[in-house]
Amino acid sequence: MPAMPLIAYAHVVKTFDAGRVVAVDDVSLDVAEGELLAIVGGSGSGKTTLLRLSNRLIEADSGTITVEGEDVRNVDPILLRRRIGYVFQSGGLFPHLTVAGNIGITPKLLGTRPADISVRVDELLDLVRLDRTPYRDRLPHELSGGQRQRVGVARALAARPRIMLMDEPFGALDPLTRDALGDDFRELHKKLGLTTIMITHDMTEAILLADRIAIMCDGRLLAQGTPSELSKSDDAYVGELLRTPRRQTERLSALLPREGAA
Amino acid sequence: MSIFADPRWGEALGHLPDYLGNHVRVSVAALALGLLVSLPLAIIARHRPVMRGALLGLASIVQTVPGLALLALFYPLLLALAALSLSWFGVSFSAFGFLPAVLALALYSMLPVLRNTITGLQGVDAAILEAAQGVGMTPRQSLFTVELPLALPVMMAGIRTSAVWVIGTATLSTPIGQTSLGNYIFAGLQTQNWVFVLFGCVAAAVLALLVDQLLALIENGLRNRSRFRATLGSVGIAALVVATLTPNLVRPQTNYIIGAKTFAEQYVLSALMVQRLKEAGLSATTREGLGSNVIFEALAADDIDFYIDYSGTLWANQFHRTDIKPRQELLAELKTILAKQNITLLGELGFENAYALVMPRKRAEQLGIRTVADLASRAANMSIAGDYEFFSRPEWAALRRAYGLSFRGQRQMQPDFMYAAVASGEVDVIAGYTSDGLIAKYDLVTLGDPKHAIPPYDAIVLLAPKRTNDEALRKTLAPLLGKIDIATMREANLRASGNDAASSPDAVAQWLWAKVGKR
Repeated sequence: MPAMPLIAYAHVVKTFDAGRVVAVDDVSLDVAEGELLAIVGGSGSGKTTLLRLSNRLIEADSGTITVEGEDVRNVDPILLRRRIGYVFQSGGLFPHLTVAGNIGITPKLLGTRPADISVRVDELLDLVRLDRTPYRDRLPHELSGGQRQRVGVARALAARPRIMLMDEPFGALDPLTRDALGDDFRELHKKLGLTTIMITHDMTEAILLADRIAIMCDGRLLAQGTPSELSKSDDAYVGELLRTPRRQTERLSALLPREGAA
Repeated sequence: MSIFADPRWGEALGHLPDYLGNHVRVSVAALALGLLVSLPLAIIARHRPVMRGALLGLASIVQTVPGLALLALFYPLLLALAALSLSWFGVSFSAFGFLPAVLALALYSMLPVLRNTITGLQGVDAAILEAAQGVGMTPRQSLFTVELPLALPVMMAGIRTSAVWVIGTATLSTPIGQTSLGNYIFAGLQTQNWVFVLFGCVAAAVLALLVDQLLALIENGLRNRSRFRATLGSVGIAALVVATLTPNLVRPQTNYIIGAKTFAEQYVLSALMVQRLKEAGLSATTREGLGSNVIFEALAADDIDFYIDYSGTLWANQFHRTDIKPRQELLAELKTILAKQNITLLGELGFENAYALVMPRKRAEQLGIRTVADLASRAANMSIAGDYEFFSRPEWAALRRAYGLSFRGQRQMQPDFMYAAVASGEVDVIAGYTSDGLIAKYDLVTLGDPKHAIPPYDAIVLLAPKRTNDEALRKTLAPLLGKIDIATMREANLRASGNDAASSPDAVAQWLWAKVGKR
């Protein structure tokens, strides 16, 4: 692991409802530059809260979060968010703006010239594999779920962030689209040298896409590591999470034998 | 003959540029002011439950106040404010017409805009708000680039409702001195000119529908993100405003504004005055359908130039005097009181329009009743009817006190129906108006008042302070003073209550001049 992590959580605590609900409980976690980290956990495990703490959509009660070496408390939250890409669960596209309007929003907020934004939008459409001419001027409701999520990714990338935060980005898609998008993103991540935190409740997806996986339960970080490191964990919950993809693999290979194989 | 061959349609059409232009002017100003206040308030209140509740509650209460009352309340309020501003800052403004109408209508327009703006903003999906924050928008950027555009269709629906309300309610601004399409309706109802009433209602309805449809086009364009429809609607609204306002701007300013209260006699007399002034080469126009208190204050404030009032009305209602004096003494004292406010009592027209007890001539002769004193002994077996205010007026108390009157029963009636009711024997006596034409029509008599319980109600011409030394005006009005006797005025009023072309105030005024002009 490189010496300086790009995103680092140290003993972070976040409670809601005047302390009655502990969403994030003393979490310490480092994300190295260039790494794709998946956070896996059930609903209410605190994974989304943890993600939002890093760009100050939510403020931590205690502990320290550093992004690119700076304590986020010392950074203007608006400027912080403009330099971090964020992909929302179901796209989070602005329904009244065209595809181009959505993709170009952060550069526009940063004061980029319209002509430059237009060029950038075309680049990004190419990058997320959407044809320029038919899609540029469409409104979000005219797109399929997969296309909307591609636009969501393009929008997050528009201001050339080094960091991407993704909140269950492919959760609402059909398996085929999900698979294709996952692969495409993995490729983008590598090509653009991004550092990504991706939230998912699907262990299989996490194993297939992520370099490392962090597992959360009831606000606490139960385990973190590469899939093979995790498989050695003796934590019961981690074992249970890994059991599903294992069983699926066994059944799939039994049901779909490769031609000429056993 | 088709009903559209009636010349009153032409007359109504002739007033349209003036009435419609003023109606649009006051509606647009009120709506603009309403939006200017409501939109920021709604935006500020959307995340503040207490303020939101208070605002919507307040706006709802305003909504329950009848439009006419709300408009009428703004007049004294502004008068007081104007007086205050004069004494504190030395700056005065006119509390008459445009300003109170705009303020009251703006207040009236707020509820739908407030409610729909708050609802629209609250209806924006939380996930979208989060996305706005997530891409790095400031709260202001989020409001203007995301929340307001998304709430706009709902807000537009509120603006539409509000526009229709304002256009409809603006017809009620006539009594506080703002010319509007309501002038047709108020004048028509008072002079039984159904052509005018119909014309005013249809014009207001068409205007409201047109504006509503144009706003609907804009709303539709915004909802479907069609720039074409939104632009077309906006251009339509702009064209309507320009088209209705232009004739008002190029119209030459008239020098004299003649006030008229809300009944037929006043319409006829003001029409007569306009005709006389025009004949003398002076430009003049009327401001009709004004409430009794409004018209006097408007004169005192120089908002109108002159009008006809009645001595007893001023005595009892304006100056709250309860003592009753002989005619000439009362007039002389009134003249002194008015002079203190720089108002000139130019003179009497020659007739009185007083309250009087009225009964059928035949019945009165049979019973030998000629005065209220004769009536007193028989009143216990008789019933009396009066208009809505008579029985609470000082005149009624004075009559009962002076003659010991006590009737078997008393009823309140619409003035138009009283005369028919007494003629048919439905009631025995009515408290009528001495100059009413229906007295002659139904062959009724007015009973004498030997104890002078009812003050005299001489029709008098009052000049505004700024017209005190206007010799041209005095010279023009002089030929009318003392010329109109009660019989002539009754006949004129009777003519005005007809429902045909010859009964328009203008036509009756011409008839009246033909009768009294050469005296």
